[in-house]
Amino acid sequence: MVRRAQLFITCLGDQFFPGVLQRMVGLLERLGVQVGFPAEQTCCGQPFFNSGYWSQARDLAAKWLRVFGRTEGAIVSPSGSCVDMVRHHYPRLFPPGTPEHRLAIETAARTFELTQYLAHELKAIEVGARFPHRVTYHASCHLLRGLGVREEPKALLGGVQGLELIPLPGEETCCGFGGVFSVIYPEVSRTMMEAKVQAIDSTGADVVVACDAGCLMNIAGGLRKAGSPVRAMHLIEVLTAGGGMP
Amino acid sequence: MSHLPASIDFRANVRQVPPALPAAVQKATAKFLGTRAALVDALGHDVWQALRQAGHDLRLHALDNLDRYLEQAERQVLKAGGHVHWARDAAEAQRIVLDIAGQHRARLAVKAKSMATEEIGLNQALETAGLRVLETDLGEYIVQLKGVGPAHIVVPAFHLSTEEIAALFREKLGVEAPAEAQQLTQIARVKLREEFLRADLGISGANFLIAETGTIVTVTNEGNGRMCCTVPPVHVAVVGIDKVVPDWESLTVLLKLLARSATGQKLSCYTQFISGPPRSEAETGPKELHLVLLDNGRSRILQTAETRETLLCIRCGACLNVCPVYNSVGGYAYGYPISGPTGVLFASQILGAKAAGALPFASTLCGACNDICPVKIPITDILLQLRHRVVEGDAQESAVAPYRLQLAAQLGSFALARPWLYRLGSRLLAWLQAPLRSGDWLLRLPPPFNRWTMARPFPAFAPGFRAWWRSRSHHTRGRS
Repeated sequence: MVRRAQLFITCLGDQFFPGVLQRMVGLLERLGVQVGFPAEQTCCGQPFFNSGYWSQARDLAAKWLRVFGRTEGAIVSPSGSCVDMVRHHYPRLFPPGTPEHRLAIETAARTFELTQYLAHELKAIEVGARFPHRVTYHASCHLLRGLGVREEPKALLGGVQGLELIPLPGEETCCGFGGVFSVIYPEVSRTMMEAKVQAIDSTGADVVVACDAGCLMNIAGGLRKAGSPVRAMHLIEVLTAGGGMP
Repeated sequence: MSHLPASIDFRANVRQVPPALPAAVQKATAKFLGTRAALVDALGHDVWQALRQAGHDLRLHALDNLDRYLEQAERQVLKAGGHVHWARDAAEAQRIVLDIAGQHRARLAVKAKSMATEEIGLNQALETAGLRVLETDLGEYIVQLKGVGPAHIVVPAFHLSTEEIAALFREKLGVEAPAEAQQLTQIARVKLREEFLRADLGISGANFLIAETGTIVTVTNEGNGRMCCTVPPVHVAVVGIDKVVPDWESLTVLLKLLARSATGQKLSCYTQFISGPPRSEAETGPKELHLVLLDNGRSRILQTAETRETLLCIRCGACLNVCPVYNSVGGYAYGYPISGPTGVLFASQILGAKAAGALPFASTLCGACNDICPVKIPITDILLQLRHRVVEGDAQESAVAPYRLQLAAQLGSFALARPWLYRLGSRLLAWLQAPLRSGDWLLRLPPPFNRWTMARPFPAFAPGFRAWWRSRSHHTRGRS
């Protein structure tokens, strides 16, 4: 049986991380998955939902469900946050008993964050990557507490040849991104981000890995501002490395 | 409620936070979280989760039957010879306590730590009426001397160093005060002892109110709470209607959860049960007991299905300790006596969206509070509902967000719902960014996005995936 997966690239992935998405396609295909890309997808509506604009979020959720609802196979995304939106909040946006509510529940059940998909659906922990560097891992909040994914990303990193995983102090503490929070309360966001950057620097790692575009934008920007040599990378970049630094 | 600002400006409050505060707050919260974690580990994950679920269920059961349990508690208190007063709001609660004080020509009131009396601004009301009001919890005593409110719902002065407290004692009490915790405690103890004996009124709150026996339960770690409730001739307990629990069996679950979550103790040093005034000449204690049952917005919260679980809260403060926002700004930034995640829930609903609409947004929705809450309040889900209330309104309140934000949201979602417009916008942004671009980064963005770039650069727009996918599909067409 051919495994099929639809890419849910997320708007942040689409705008800022084309390389991560390309590598994600390569990784899935290497693992024998036939990858599809519904090109009509835009944004899942999470920024609107989290800011309280539920009627706008509902429009975008309905749109997303129209695009992905008619696809087959798993829906896979490189973002815990957007998957959490689809899985846990879409059903809440539509009254029980409506066709959208039913579609939301059906579609949510086959929507996975990448590490969930790799670890639980494909049962692939060693994906043939080689990355001889010191790496530390930041747990993105919605992946960790929204989806309950704690060990999978670290298990995947553990399966990478040559990689030394260094624990990050405060691994599960929020980096201060928080979507609109970073713009509504920039001073608090900065304090939290700076604490995260300091913790990352203290590990002596070459690379910090996370599984969410939002956290990566925040942390990578913070590292650059602090003049830190540490690079922020999406897990996919490490899982597709062949020995060098991408 | 003159003690509260007309509207809470969280961002402005954050700017007033002393730079040294976050470190002091983090040091204290880390200690509480550490001792809590050790006790939770000792119980084992499964036992702890079962306890949380039991706590959640019985608190929810109490809320679902609140009218019945409150009336039962009232009957029991009256039967035991106590007085019961119902206060619809802060003003009514203040008036009730003022009347009791007036009947006894009270001049000095001593207080045990109580968030309900903070919430209604009781001290200010009593002082305005000419009474002296003395906080006797050591932390509350210190912040009262300093002229501020509590910075944390469990440990009000935990952010102050012994040096700061010693300086405060020297200045306000005119005594020789070394910067040493035990000696400072002794100074406060001696000062307070005289006042307990002189006080006309003892005022407390309650951690729980047991319906089946009408028992007021207070959980403390200092002897002061017991002194307040036993030495003065009159005891007034101001208790939120949410504090009622069905029976003593429920209490055993909640006490286990509370002390572990609050201070990392199996049980606090003092757990006091007051079931009415003395029944005979042989029994000692205050001759009069008054229970003031405070609504102040709680029955309105109870009516809203999406937010009613706010009232499950047992005020342990664990959500404050674990919250990265609270740890970055401390308690005062919230502009309300109850701070942190649970404070946001109470403040936004008690004060309303217009006055406290800024607060539900003071969270990254990281969810650490949900996971630590001993009674499993879905805090971030309630925050989302309260944000929704602020910008779009709900059954409780109408929207208060400015129109320009509504318009921006409408424009944004309009474009995002149309793939062609989304792709066009994406190309446009990639083109417009050229003058701002420095390598892979945009170092400065125009308002309001400069709020991002003031702290770190923004990544450059790089919408290349779709073109890559198209060209690839073109090459591989027919093969798959």
